[in-house]
Amino acid sequence: MILTRVNEQGWQENALRIAENHGRLVTLWGRQSAPGSFTMYAVFFDSNVGLEGMSLRLAKGVTSYPDLSNLFPCANRMQRAMWDLLGVSAANSLDTRAWLSHGAWPDDYFPLRKEFSGREVSKENQLDEYSFIDVIGDGVHEIAVGPVHAGIIEPGHFRFSVVGEKTLRLEQRLGYAHKGVDKAFERYSGLSGVQLASRICGDSTVAYSWAYCMALESAWKWKVPQRALWLRALMLERERVANHLGDLGAIGNDAGFTFGLTQFMILKEQWIRVNKTLFKHRFIMDCVIPGGTLYDINREDVAEILKQCKHTLREVKILKGIYEEHTGLQDRFISTGKVSKDVANKLGLTGLAARASDIKEDARELFPTYPYSELDFNISGAESGDVAARVSVRFDEIFESLRLISEIAEGLPEGQTQSNCKPPKKPTFGFGWIEGWRGGIFAGLHLDQTGQIDRAHIHDPSWQNWPALDYAVIGDIVPDFPLINKSFNLSYSGHDR
Amino acid sequence: MMWTTLKQIRKTGIIRENVPADLELVAINNIQDEILKVLGRALTIRLVDAGSCNGCELELNALGNAYYNLEGLGIKFVASPRHADMLLITGPISRNMLSALLITHEAIPEPKLVVAVGDCAVNGGVFGESYATIGAASKVIKVDHLIPGCPPSPAEILQGILNAVHYRLKKRPYFD
Repeated sequence: MILTRVNEQGWQENALRIAENHGRLVTLWGRQSAPGSFTMYAVFFDSNVGLEGMSLRLAKGVTSYPDLSNLFPCANRMQRAMWDLLGVSAANSLDTRAWLSHGAWPDDYFPLRKEFSGREVSKENQLDEYSFIDVIGDGVHEIAVGPVHAGIIEPGHFRFSVVGEKTLRLEQRLGYAHKGVDKAFERYSGLSGVQLASRICGDSTVAYSWAYCMALESAWKWKVPQRALWLRALMLERERVANHLGDLGAIGNDAGFTFGLTQFMILKEQWIRVNKTLFKHRFIMDCVIPGGTLYDINREDVAEILKQCKHTLREVKILKGIYEEHTGLQDRFISTGKVSKDVANKLGLTGLAARASDIKEDARELFPTYPYSELDFNISGAESGDVAARVSVRFDEIFESLRLISEIAEGLPEGQTQSNCKPPKKPTFGFGWIEGWRGGIFAGLHLDQTGQIDRAHIHDPSWQNWPALDYAVIGDIVPDFPLINKSFNLSYSGHDR
Repeated sequence: MMWTTLKQIRKTGIIRENVPADLELVAINNIQDEILKVLGRALTIRLVDAGSCNGCELELNALGNAYYNLEGLGIKFVASPRHADMLLITGPISRNMLSALLITHEAIPEPKLVVAVGDCAVNGGVFGESYATIGAASKVIKVDHLIPGCPPSPAEILQGILNAVHYRLKKRPYFD
């Protein structure tokens, strides 16, 4: 990735050029780069250039930078979050409501500023009211849901404006799972930070820890053994299959087909039990470590992996047939929760949801890190952008991942699974981009000359996709919301950090 | 389609497992009897995620799969705190979730049991105490039982839930 230093004008011009080329914003963050002065970073993806980053160093005492949300709507929440955490704002932005801060800490407390330790505790207990956008008219009423939801789900608030059963507008209020992760990273060294990175979003722990390690390894020019990278890909694909299995069951359940939930949850349980045998953890947490992987697998493990892939493939094919022929299910899936390709492009939709809206985009293909560059990977996709399309992409991705897992298990190169590295005695920066099951997870890592983390920014694709969910539900009935929501299954914790 | 579905159900059969023997189960082998003895009815649970990474939620959801067959044991997750006997808490108690957690706790009728699930709710985990998180659930609510782990496995959670019920029984009758 090229990281270009720009001035304010360059920041705007670059963004405009990328927007005109139909590129998209991957992530945005800021940090305090010297006492009293801040630097902003933005990373884009442009299919002609690839990943492209820019950094804007603000003059001492300046705490605002040119707004990007007019070109990239998904920048809005990222910019608001940067105000909450760093106290640096997008100039003339139309929406300046607090996002991650709910008022549990003072308005002039910006945890990412170096004068704060992050351990300060506010006596303030009264949270702020959030100004939701009102929808008015004959018969319009609001339904407020959350942050505590009916089932076993993460916390978040949804405000529906409805007429009868029809949803006119959905507005989300997130941030309930904010844990101060960005600040907490400052307490970690580059080597130990992976422990925290693995716990930002439990369902994507492999993707997060790999993105983090990739950032560290690129910062320190650390060469990782081939075998370890193949093992990481094996873990990542296993994580993808586990989540798709669980979600396909839950999607069936939300459409009233309990059989689907029961069957898929059995497959998922069998799947994660094998994770436990192979990697000593049901979700493969703490197995991707800087310089390699914690565990290796042997010949018997490979046989077990291949056997399970065959079994899972056979079962999922049967279940796919049942889902496809079930008229009641298809009636709920088709045309529900639609995100058109046009809207998806405008909102910068990413990951599996984008692929279901006819946007052929996958970091495994666009940014193929080793071993994906060696593997025969086929990108999945669908065109209709509705629940049915997201279900279809998930089925396809299970089949593709099962094939990849077999290919990896059989082709695993011999050699070490860990390597060492001498950290350079100077400040460094590195980045990582890994296609998790939801979409691309980007890690930007700034380290100081002692190898301590100065600033770690890990971006979840849910930042782009949550706003798209607002659009997906418009015109659908309220009872379809759980189904639509589950078809995306976005992360709260990964977003709130 | 119907035929395929029925065939699949028949092929799957009943795969419910006995409670894992490798765990030191305080409660006796027949969990259902134990719960009935203690509660006289099903045990109902309300979960509040107070900033968890979603790892504990994955395992709590797994408890409902056919292997663990939670509902078959007479344990049920409910939507309303007013229907609950037990509050399960996950996460390092994010300050943004504190009031929602306290309101939910308040809404559960007495006598109630509170169980902290996972390292974060037990002791703050990797997040600890900060401007954004409070740490251990016991700092804000009286907690009856702890289930450590990152995340604890479904079998460990099940054992913890039963232990909580069992210990309460020993201390004083739970329901008259």
